[in-house]
Amino acid sequence: MRSIRSQTMHQRRANAPVFAALGDGTRLWLLARLSGGSRFSISQLTEGSKLTRQAITKHLRVLERVEVVRSIRSGRESLFQFNPAPIAEIKQYLDQVSAQWDDALARLKSFVED
Amino acid sequence: MSDRIEKRIELKAPVLRVWKALTDYQQFGEWFRVNLDGPFVAGQVARGHMTYPGYEHLKWEAVVQAIEPEHLFSYTWHPYAVDPNFDYSKEPPTLVEFRLEKTAKGTLLLLTESGFDKIPIARRDEALRKNDGGWTQQIKNIEAHLEKHP
Repeated sequence: MRSIRSQTMHQRRANAPVFAALGDGTRLWLLARLSGGSRFSISQLTEGSKLTRQAITKHLRVLERVEVVRSIRSGRESLFQFNPAPIAEIKQYLDQVSAQWDDALARLKSFVED
Repeated sequence: MSDRIEKRIELKAPVLRVWKALTDYQQFGEWFRVNLDGPFVAGQVARGHMTYPGYEHLKWEAVVQAIEPEHLFSYTWHPYAVDPNFDYSKEPPTLVEFRLEKTAKGTLLLLTESGFDKIPIARRDEALRKNDGGWTQQIKNIEAHLEKHP
């Protein structure tokens, strides 16, 4: 219980928007491309998809708001880059909630089997 | 990684015994380590205080959703709401479901906690259909990335 405390307090504010941003097929597809580590321009990302430039831009902004993606100015265009930290954090948060359930269910097991 | 937590645990006890441990508020309190004010009633808020050593100052609160005898017990809550100064009521709650199945040796308990993304199921399914590679594969890709670049 102790180990989750500081982290949970910090993260309860940010997890739901990250999950929500990930709950979309197009955004997952964009992330899959970006998670290779390369930087992509909006044009490059639009080329490989069936969507318009405007639609791709809109999805990138959603990802940028939750900091899963960062944009870097390069000359006249923006390049987009994957930022793994928020996803690593929600994964860690779920792992912690999961560990709490393991403890609780172990106590339930001894409670009903005694 | 997924947006839900799922656990399966085999209990060497009859279904009725497990059902009571889950839905009798005093028995629930014993193993969950919470001191509840009163019985669980579907549609109503259950309140109490944690009894976990060091966390006695924390309130425990859940809204009971379903009580289907010896089959399903569920509630919504804010998981591990450990900061007494933070108003968790503005956050989307998660849904906890305990399902019981009779087995040869006793009872199979299936626990799920879902709703971390607060996206209605219908909308999520639509998003998944549009996604050629599939949610699971994409998340695997992201996880692979995380392992390579911690």
